[in-house]
Order: sequence, then structure tokens, then C-alpha cells
Amino acid sequence: MSSVIIVILVTLGTLFVLLSAIGLVRMPDTYMRISVNTKAATLGVGLILVGTAVFFNDLSTTSRALVIILFVFLTAPVSAHLIGRASYFMGVRLWKGSIMDDLRGKYQKNSYILKSEIDDTPEDNIDHSKMKDK
Amino acid sequence: MTLTDYLYYVILPILAFSVLLIVYRFIKGPSIADKIIALDVLITTGIGIIGVYSIIHGRSTFLDTAMILALIAFLSTVAFSYYLEKRNRKK
Repeated sequence: MSSVIIVILVTLGTLFVLLSAIGLVRMPDTYMRISVNTKAATLGVGLILVGTAVFFNDLSTTSRALVIILFVFLTAPVSAHLIGRASYFMGVRLWKGSIMDDLRGKYQKNSYILKSEIDDTPEDNIDHSKMKDK
Repeated sequence: MTLTDYLYYVILPILAFSVLLIVYRFIKGPSIADKIIALDVLITTGIGIIGVYSIIHGRSTFLDTAMILALIAFLSTVAFSYYLEKRNRKK
């Protein structure tokens, strides 16, 4: 009975990991790749580790698996936010089919201060449409 | 088909195929941010592979390695993004 549960959990987790890998190859944009991987890879690894905890059926292993799941769930959004912010400052462009860029002109170029409105110093703001291609 | 056979002949090849796809993106990636994301996902997939291996061999000690790998993935991503921002600021 427990092996059926393990097979279901591990298969679902593996499918999520495979889908995130396909998304990493197929998505047209850096920001979309970040979005795909934080969600799908985290859920896949979480399901595989839950399957491990069911297989061993033991307090120490279950707590270890839960600690890993908690750590991955806590750190994946933080690292995704940090790398997305860094790539926006680096001038990585959005996909050409993206409709709008909410941050256009709101980050200061040198101090990295985020403003809620576009102010009257357009040469200091980060605007991807005015950047030259790298 | 026992659980070990299923994990060994079905699950591990799928995980290995997804590792190949991620390595393709890691080598090709247009910007350096893509490579950092691919590295992060590669380590996360490695945690999953270690979990499957610990079921196959019946040893729960492998999970300690997975915990250390999760720590290293987070630390490397934070350090890479920190230094990327710093490099841009100097310019």
C-alpha cells in the first residue's frame, strides 16, 4: 500500500521537474524562465522528498526531509527575486511580445532607488527601450 | 515490477533527461542570468535525484547531502546576484 503512495508521489514530482526543464529550454525570456523554475522545480523536489519520507516511515528521516522542503520553499522566492532584480539592472530585455513593463523609468540608474512615479530626470532612470543592445 | 526497478528504469532516466535539458540551457544561455538560473535548477534537480537514490539504496544518510546542496544553491545564487549588481554599479 505504501509503495503505491510512493510511486504516485515520486512520479508526480519527476513530471514537475521534467516540465520545469522543458520550460527552461522553451521560454523566450529570462524573467519567464525564472518564473517557471521557482514554481515547478520547487514543487517537484518537494513531492520527491515527501515520497522519501513515506518510504522510510521514521521520525528522524521525516524531520530531515521536512527541513529540506522548508528550506527550499523559503529560499526559492528570495533567490528568484534577487536574480530577477540583478538581471533588470544588467539590462536584460523583456521578450518582444511582452505587453508592458511596469518598472520602466522607475529605477534610478546609479543609486538603484525605486520610485513610485516617473519623475522629470529621464536620463537617470533605467529604461530598456533606450538602452543600446549588448 | 518492484519499486526499485520502477525507480531505476523509469524515474531516473526521466530525471537524467531533464538534467540534459538544463545543461543545454546552461551552456547556451544568452545572458549570464540565464546561466545562474540554470545552475540553481541543476542543483535543485540534484536534490531530487539524491532523494530517489536514497529510496533505491534504502539509506537515509544521503538526505544530509541533499540538505547541504540546498544550502549551497541558495548561497551561490545570492552571491552571484550580489556581485552582478555591484559590477554594474561601478560602471
